[in-house]
Amino acid sequence: MSNLIEVRNVSKAFGGVVANDSISIEVPEGQITGLIGPNGSGKTTLFNSVVGYHPIDSGSIKFKDKEISKLRVQQIARLGMLRTFQQTRIYGNMNCIDNMLISVPHRKATFFDMFKPYPNELRDKAEDLLEFVGLYEKRKLASGDLSFGQQKLLEFAMALMNEPEVLLLDEPTAGINPTLINGLIDRLKLANTEFGITLFIIEHNMRVIMNMADNIYCLAHGELLASGTPDQIQNDQSVIDAYLGAH
Amino acid sequence: MTSVADERGKQVEPAARRMITPHDLIMFGAIVLFGILGPLLFPNYTFQIAVLWLMVLFAQTWDVMGGQMGYNSLGNIFFFGAGMYICAVTQIGLFTDVGAFTSSTDQGTFNFTPDQYYIGVAAGLVFAAFGSSLLAVALGWIVFGLRGPYFAIGTLGIALGAGELVGAWEWVGGGGGIPIPVYPGSGDGKSFFYYCLCFGAAMATFIFLKWLYSTRFGLAINAIRDDEEKAEAMGVHTMRHKTVAWAISAFFLGISGGLFGNMTGFIEPLEVAFPAPTFGIFMVAMALLGGKGTIWGPVIGAILFHIVKEATWTYFLGWQWVALGVIIIVNIVFFQQGIVGWLQEKYPSWFGIEVEERSSSAKEAAE
Repeated sequence: MSNLIEVRNVSKAFGGVVANDSISIEVPEGQITGLIGPNGSGKTTLFNSVVGYHPIDSGSIKFKDKEISKLRVQQIARLGMLRTFQQTRIYGNMNCIDNMLISVPHRKATFFDMFKPYPNELRDKAEDLLEFVGLYEKRKLASGDLSFGQQKLLEFAMALMNEPEVLLLDEPTAGINPTLINGLIDRLKLANTEFGITLFIIEHNMRVIMNMADNIYCLAHGELLASGTPDQIQNDQSVIDAYLGAH
Repeated sequence: MTSVADERGKQVEPAARRMITPHDLIMFGAIVLFGILGPLLFPNYTFQIAVLWLMVLFAQTWDVMGGQMGYNSLGNIFFFGAGMYICAVTQIGLFTDVGAFTSSTDQGTFNFTPDQYYIGVAAGLVFAAFGSSLLAVALGWIVFGLRGPYFAIGTLGIALGAGELVGAWEWVGGGGGIPIPVYPGSGDGKSFFYYCLCFGAAMATFIFLKWLYSTRFGLAINAIRDDEEKAEAMGVHTMRHKTVAWAISAFFLGISGGLFGNMTGFIEPLEVAFPAPTFGIFMVAMALLGGKGTIWGPVIGAILFHIVKEATWTYFLGWQWVALGVIIIVNIVFFQQGIVGWLQEKYPSWFGIEVEERSSSAKEAAE
């Protein structure tokens, strides 16, 4: 199995604060990879480096064997690597359908494509995906009026609309009520198995990530602490000390 | 995954602002009717009504950027002035030497034949439109790195700077200005000729924008307005859309500048071509008054604003700026969504917008 994302010795410092110190991780194609660690351990910084949000100080980031550490956010997004935000971001004054339609892949968009209307197939697809995340009834409401949890679901549906090869999710279950979380786990797994999207997930909810991930990386103080299967991570003494705590 | 679309039998409802509603048709019909009857009923006001249509055009083109895309430009008047000068230079330069024509010694002594005049105006307007668009592309490359208030101030700088630069450029007459070729006919004929062009330009702008907002472009610039970083993260070509939006604004503003220069008959940089403190601010105020980010807001705002402006100029001379200031302050402090924005909140169904209560009651009705 090939690696979709390969991060090699990536370092990133903000002034004197070393957020990532020579981190190396791999995200294999078709799998679900988890990223855990205490607050401030550098998880979101690593995400931001991977998607081109800021330049890295040293190291290499490859997507499908192509070096992407010098590319900008939009170029990386158009390659098929997409991220969702910890603080959910949607287009608040537009209704849900419009939020979905503008999220179609822009990979092959030529200059004159922007003056085309949206064909009915895309509208159908938008509605199907809203149904998939359970927001079909709300499709014509302004997305800014939705609850926080619903906005998270919408953001997830928008990401699916974009047909990415890999999706980076920054705390997908944060702020979602416990009954919705199970539904979200199911949908994330379906996105992985049915739509074939490779997932790379930051998560603080251990029940969720241990349940879903094939492989987990644990960061602490900007350094890679451990990696392995959920079982290995749960029994790793350094991870227990730094993050999980004794039961 | 079952397809809900299949269950509905491929019935697709277009999003609200993409539809042409009955309200749209009634409003548009009323405006066209006034456009035709206006100069017939009030022949003494033909010039003022022509300027009204230019105001409508100003507010609409400002709203492409400020309302739909969230980039508040205070320098759009630059393209009005640029169009005016490009049009004038084309009209003159096609048939005689521009430097000599604009020089103080033989200012405006060249006589244009009627054919030369009409060819000059036609070519001038075409060059003004495309020339202004090109300038927008070039300037956009520089100023679209600025966001929020910095963009507003940066664009204001362009408009103010352009006025000063043109004032120092002797080839185009410098601060002394350029006399525009004289219309080969009666004064009434000239009024009517330019009235038709102004009205046509405003209507063409409206129809073009109505179409434009129905395409993917409309959604993309709305997305940039709501969250540009998100749009970037989703791979939207943000720079491409921003540049094209400004070029479209500039295209129509360039035409309006060419028309206004010909209507006044004499152009100079500070008061006529780049009047940032008057027309430049009016276009913002009109769009805000009517409701930015809506298709009808700028049109209605411009009409109201112009009527109040002309009425105070005529009947309360000396107080006209106070009246306009009061309108702007009341608008900004108490009424930020503007007239059409307020109507949209109050009567969303008029605009085909669904809100929570309505969708649930509609569902009950269906069950």
